[in-house]
Amino acid sequence: MSHFRVDIRQRAEEVLALYPRPRSAMLPLLHLAQEQDGYVSDEGIAEVAELTATTPADVRGTALFYDMFHLEPVGRYVVGICTNIACLLAGGDELLEHASATLGCPVGATSSDGLFTLEETECLADCDFAPCVQVNHRYVRTTTPDAFDAVVAELRAGTLDHDVPQHGTLIRVRRAGGLHAARSDVAAERATASTARAARTPETK
Amino acid sequence: MATLSAPRIVLSRLDHADSYTISRYLATGGYDGLRKALTMFPEAVASEVDQASLLGRGGAGFPAGRKWSMLRKAPISYLVVNGDESEPATFKDHLLLERDPHQLVEGVIIAAYALQVSSVFIFIRGEFALGLERVQQAVNDAYELGALGPKIFGSDFSIDVVVHPGAGAYICGEETALIEALEGKRGFPRIKPPFFPAVAGLYGEPTVVNNVETMSNLPWIVNNGGAAFAALGGGRSTGTRLFALAGRVNNPGVFEIEMVKNTFRDLIYDPALGGGVIDDKKIKAIIPGGVSAPWFGPELLDLPLGQDEVAEKGSMLGSGSIVVMDETTCVVRAAWRITKFFSRESCGQCTPCREGSGWIERAMYRIEHGGGRMEDIDLLLDLCDNIAPGLTWPPQQTTICVLGPSIPSSVHSAIQMFRDDFVEHVTNGGCPHD
Repeated sequence: MSHFRVDIRQRAEEVLALYPRPRSAMLPLLHLAQEQDGYVSDEGIAEVAELTATTPADVRGTALFYDMFHLEPVGRYVVGICTNIACLLAGGDELLEHASATLGCPVGATSSDGLFTLEETECLADCDFAPCVQVNHRYVRTTTPDAFDAVVAELRAGTLDHDVPQHGTLIRVRRAGGLHAARSDVAAERATASTARAARTPETK
Repeated sequence: MATLSAPRIVLSRLDHADSYTISRYLATGGYDGLRKALTMFPEAVASEVDQASLLGRGGAGFPAGRKWSMLRKAPISYLVVNGDESEPATFKDHLLLERDPHQLVEGVIIAAYALQVSSVFIFIRGEFALGLERVQQAVNDAYELGALGPKIFGSDFSIDVVVHPGAGAYICGEETALIEALEGKRGFPRIKPPFFPAVAGLYGEPTVVNNVETMSNLPWIVNNGGAAFAALGGGRSTGTRLFALAGRVNNPGVFEIEMVKNTFRDLIYDPALGGGVIDDKKIKAIIPGGVSAPWFGPELLDLPLGQDEVAEKGSMLGSGSIVVMDETTCVVRAAWRITKFFSRESCGQCTPCREGSGWIERAMYRIEHGGGRMEDIDLLLDLCDNIAPGLTWPPQQTTICVLGPSIPSSVHSAIQMFRDDFVEHVTNGGCPHD
């Protein structure tokens, strides 16, 4: 029986069909597993293993390599604050410390109400809005402690749910349809093209 | 004053709030480049790119045309686009992915046609949730328009493009690690040789990997000709380039300016660009090309922004990121933070990188936070030398990929340029700025 919800399972199968080898779908499928459960659960790992024709150990070992995958439950909102070079020069450490006080949890931990997980991140490539803050991988662009507190208040009130959706970097990514160019057609095209090219440039072999 | 006469090649639509939509794209010449390319022979398209002398915009700066021509002997199976921008303080591809995804998609199709590749993967950094949505939407729009799929625009060329999300790992910007990630594995860089995925890439088949900004230049190059692109810039550094300016400047941001015609000083101080240093402080040092690059002091501010010009002075233009540190900056803290980043992001395959980054990070930590010893300063240089023997630039290679030899750059630069600051930290028992 599938652990994935019907819609997630459907999307997982669509993703699988895009790759020549099932294992290539590993990262997108782990994102989907995380989208459903809020983290990468054992059940999610088992299903990804089945879909990618690998083993749960293989899936877990791969997932552990990547920062975005949480193998233990996290808060509803994962708050990431960058302290790398550009943000360091703009007060990233101070903002991180402030955030820890506001959210009432140490860096790397989840608040007792289960709403927030606070992370110190590496560069998030938004350095003209330093220090850079992401919530569930959405840029909130709050560069001051006051602005940060305002966003936290809105998150608590649930008024930012449109801008900051639930976990899942792919939650709003939808591909329209599968692959369109049939392999056999492509092979035939290539053969014709290369014959034509050889005819135009006989000197370059 | 900066030279700002060059056309904007990749940021031409940025004044429009809806620059990412298909309607804006089509209203501003979108897909004209691809339509033109399809009337040309594939090798003629490749030849325009060769003439443009477009240097890869990812970091290594290898000429895109030459990368392609190395492959002409055997058919290429895959084109992979590197949108895993993670070099600290580099934020130009992020901008292109979110604000002009159609330009990227058009560039990708042009490249695929020139290379006669029908299977393309656009690898996008997982943290770019909005970028992923916008590029996927652009791909969907391109299928609907007939620019993707079977027999595009009525030609004899068929192509599929798949948008692939990363999941948070700096090392996946290294092209062989990116390929491993695309195969669903840990992002471990592959042993070289083979030096290029051209020989053995995705699934062991010939593969070209190109950067997002590199691809985004292609519609303009096809529309205007490679010669027009090569007429901009100077020397080997042709065209315009995106520079991501960050740190202690009034107006941080991504600026598209002509290469070589402008200097670091122009970029940092011109009112239309960086707008000067915050509170008019003096510049202490700049990082000229991403945190892997050795630092420059203020005496090199008049150096032109060109790949060879920067290389001659012992650093690199790299990823196009420029970080300004001023007289208020603690360079020890800056170098410590950069090393902490490398230590965290080392994939762990090679001993010099895995162990060396941690050793350096711990020694830097104690100097910055109290507990540093005077002999730590030379110990740091010794550790750096163990990772990249001789501490030359470009560095000696002791590891599978270039992450390892990039670790010493910041610490070595900081000690060389500001040894007194380290001494002060030690005698003060920690950072005097705290």
